[in-house]
Amino acid sequence: MLIKKAADIRSSEITPKSLYLNRRKFLAGAAIAGAATAAGLKLRDVASPSRSSFAGSKIDGIQKSQFSTSEAVTPYKDVTHYNNYYEFSTDKEGPAELAKNFRTRPWKVKIDGLVEKKQDLDVDSIIKMASPEERIYRHRCVEGWSIVVPWVGFSLSELVKRANPTSKAKFVEFTTLFDMTQMPGQQRNVLEWPYVEGLRMDEAMHPLALLCFGMYGEALPNQDGAPLRIVLPWKYGFKSAKAIVRIRFTEKQPINTWNVSSPQEYGFYANVNPNVDHPRWSQAKERRLGEFSKRPTLMFNGYDQVGSLYSGMDLRKNY
Amino acid sequence: MLRYFKPIVFLACLVPVGRLAWRGFHSDLGANPIEAITHGTGDWTLILLLVTLSITPVRKFTRQYWLINFRRMIGLFAFFYGFLHLMTYVWLDKFFDVHEMIADIAKRRFITAGLTAFTLMIPLALTSTKWSIRKLGGKRWQVLHRLIYFSATAGVIHYIWLVKADLKKPLEYATILGVLLLARAGLWLASRNAVDRKPEFSEVGSGR
Repeated sequence: MLIKKAADIRSSEITPKSLYLNRRKFLAGAAIAGAATAAGLKLRDVASPSRSSFAGSKIDGIQKSQFSTSEAVTPYKDVTHYNNYYEFSTDKEGPAELAKNFRTRPWKVKIDGLVEKKQDLDVDSIIKMASPEERIYRHRCVEGWSIVVPWVGFSLSELVKRANPTSKAKFVEFTTLFDMTQMPGQQRNVLEWPYVEGLRMDEAMHPLALLCFGMYGEALPNQDGAPLRIVLPWKYGFKSAKAIVRIRFTEKQPINTWNVSSPQEYGFYANVNPNVDHPRWSQAKERRLGEFSKRPTLMFNGYDQVGSLYSGMDLRKNY
Repeated sequence: MLRYFKPIVFLACLVPVGRLAWRGFHSDLGANPIEAITHGTGDWTLILLLVTLSITPVRKFTRQYWLINFRRMIGLFAFFYGFLHLMTYVWLDKFFDVHEMIADIAKRRFITAGLTAFTLMIPLALTSTKWSIRKLGGKRWQVLHRLIYFSATAGVIHYIWLVKADLKKPLEYATILGVLLLARAGLWLASRNAVDRKPEFSEVGSGR
């Protein structure tokens, strides 16, 4: 592996031509190449400047949030090595490895649809829109497991306000990057790509809805949705779109990817609800990663403050 | 030769469960160890069922008739892994909650299929002894043990029905099962033709 990597890099690539022709210096160049051979992957990092080194960099000035739970935080290793991120792999351990070289800069987010002014925003300008908060949220997967994650971001409403949606806008749609070369999972049609998710406007404006770019005090790891994702703690995990490249405001309800995949199993709302089973398994309980016994699943994943958004709605039909 | 091979195959069949136990004790089963155990035991049940099913066609096509000596052992190991797999559900998933399990079996077709697959293996495991073969008689024993086709089919369907979107792995099992069942059908047809022809030869031979 190491040898193969090194063989890809010819010494002419790292040694200027003039040196290359000078025998003595050529030997020096060869020595550098030799050292580089030993360094293996390190040289590749240098040789490809596009490689992202943002994931894991520290975020300054993070404030605490009243929305944080005091429950024990899931270990970093579990949250970064147990990922449902089908763009990379359907295997939960896959994304950690396959997303390693995912480029998260430069990164633009298209804001369009029913807005006063369509724009392409740089992700770094979005991140600076408001001050970062740490939100320790419960995160419940539709598959019946849960984690507690210290996300970093700010309320999605901050972005929505700045996007200036028109009065006609009733929904927000989020689209994940579609790039088969970087996201090998997209080479297979397990889902319809690109991944699309959506929210009703009032859901998007709810203070709990988080626009997220970090976790554990650092920039988001690639396998957790870098550089920009949303986190909706009262909904099943699949609603929280990752690696967002487009935010579109619409009048009609967006068609979300899992709903296309199997409409009878995954609806538009996907609120955590212990009383409404997934057709193939019960949602009454969940296994918190790291725990042996299962714990009861709470309505809206314990975030009762969102209940008023759905008053009068039949949550059995609007699953 | 067999004297040495049998213990080797026996130990090889224990490797997957040994590995799971080893990794379990060393916290090396990932973020969700119980899921890893469930998937691991389920996979090996199907793999060993398919290996068991492949022995007859393989020994006939390759004329390595001695392979029959491993069929019972591997079949019983399939049952063993199936039992472990069932126990992960009964214990680690449902914590012996009978009401929940009954509701599950009735409501969730992948559970129904999985339980069917396991239930069909029980009579096979129980009648795996030489004594049973003698008691039942070879013909009847053989008919009974054709239940393995249904068990394996139910097992593969169980897997197909439980995955969320990625059908690759269950369809790999389904393909192998399909090939093995076709091989059986081929062997059966060939043997039927052979049987059909036999009387002619014997007639000629007896000079009647």
